[in-house]
Amino acid sequence: MSLIQLANPSRFLAVSGRALPWLSAATVLVFAIGIIQIYFAPDDYQQGATVKIMFIHVPAAWLGIFGWLLMSAAALGTLVWRHPLADMAGKAAAPIGSAFTLMCLVTGSLWGRPMWGTYWVWDARLTSVLVLFLMYLGVIALWRTIEDPTQAARAAAVLTLVGAINVPIIKFSVDWWNTLHQPASVLRLGGSTIHPAILVPLIVMAIAFTLLFLTLHLAAMRNEIMRRRVRSMMMLQAAAPAES
Amino acid sequence: MTALSALLARDLRLAVRVGGGALIGILFFTLLVTVMPFAVGPDLPQLARLGPAILWLGALLASLLALDRLLAMDHEDGTLDLILTARVPLELAVAAKALAHWLTTGLPLVIAAPLLGLLLNLEPKATAAIAVTLLAGTPALTFIGLIGAALTVALRRGGLLLAILVLPLTVPVLIFGVAAANAAIAGSVPFGTPFTILCALTLISIVIGPLAAAIALRQGLE
Repeated sequence: MSLIQLANPSRFLAVSGRALPWLSAATVLVFAIGIIQIYFAPDDYQQGATVKIMFIHVPAAWLGIFGWLLMSAAALGTLVWRHPLADMAGKAAAPIGSAFTLMCLVTGSLWGRPMWGTYWVWDARLTSVLVLFLMYLGVIALWRTIEDPTQAARAAAVLTLVGAINVPIIKFSVDWWNTLHQPASVLRLGGSTIHPAILVPLIVMAIAFTLLFLTLHLAAMRNEIMRRRVRSMMMLQAAAPAES
Repeated sequence: MTALSALLARDLRLAVRVGGGALIGILFFTLLVTVMPFAVGPDLPQLARLGPAILWLGALLASLLALDRLLAMDHEDGTLDLILTARVPLELAVAAKALAHWLTTGLPLVIAAPLLGLLLNLEPKATAAIAVTLLAGTPALTFIGLIGAALTVALRRGGLLLAILVLPLTVPVLIFGVAAANAAIAGSVPFGTPFTILCALTLISIVIGPLAAAIALRQGLE
């Protein structure tokens, strides 16, 4: 089945309805594997068990960024092809992406309290994630302010793309400003600096989080389609002549 | 070209006449700087140390405050629809409007900054550095704000939302503006490094701002 056929909302509902139970089951399964692996993963010699917060923190950070990338792709779909399904994909991704970003911030400060001695420092990475979170909230606020869903989608799409250009600039400028957080250690040139005993569960958790994101995103898109159908049915009903 | 200069002249004229409110921004800026010593205390050395931050923050907030006049009034009286249907490319038309807006709200802030620097006990060198960084940086604030103004133009009470959308995008400008001013004062980093990046940010936003604003206007007002 091609992407064009899938772009029909009814067909999308049918296909995603069939895919969703499998996706949910896969999410639960990979999460179970990941959590068992984390349980047996060694503690850090300095940080003790708190290092295990990382298994939630790092995938949440990745998914926070992935959410914005997904929204940017959807925004292109909205502006170039004006496809309602792209609108819904963008709208559904915003709250999920912001939730993952918030999770990254919260787990990070819970880890920072025993390790750095403070819940929050104005460090480059923390600050850029905080700005990303605020930009998610801005997009959500824009969605909630404009009444007409098509116009809201286009405005949110422009903002998302401007944000996609700006997020790297913000990241760079904040790095220049102040840096304390450890540099990237999983994805970097010259191979990972993490021992396999930690790296393998981390990757499993990243896959589990990605599956969770996709499951939630599909479910939210289905809800959005149904919400719009309800909305148009109510408008039809309101426009119909009243029976006396 | 004549259409663009006519638009520019019109916006400048409207801004300085009654109801234009070009000088409200400076008044707000002055008030912010005046209120600041009440919050941080009248200690002159401390005010001198915070000076660049206070002036930059004041300029940022004052330019944010003025943003909802950038397009909203033209939308209310229908001028924006005429501009949309005109033969002049919309990108250039909104760029001209943003330029006029900067000349009437951004440039006065730059001119007022040295006077307010006196109140904050700043050295002449520091004052000059802040004025130069504001001159280079405030166009970026206006042109980034142009995007937010275009996105919220059709909303009834878009002012607060406008600020929420625009503020995160201005973080780099604030960082490099204050960094360049501090570099000129303390001299731990050469002034040129942050200052050229600040200029680059301004140039980038002059390109991206009108493009994104034109897309937003075309999509939003059809």
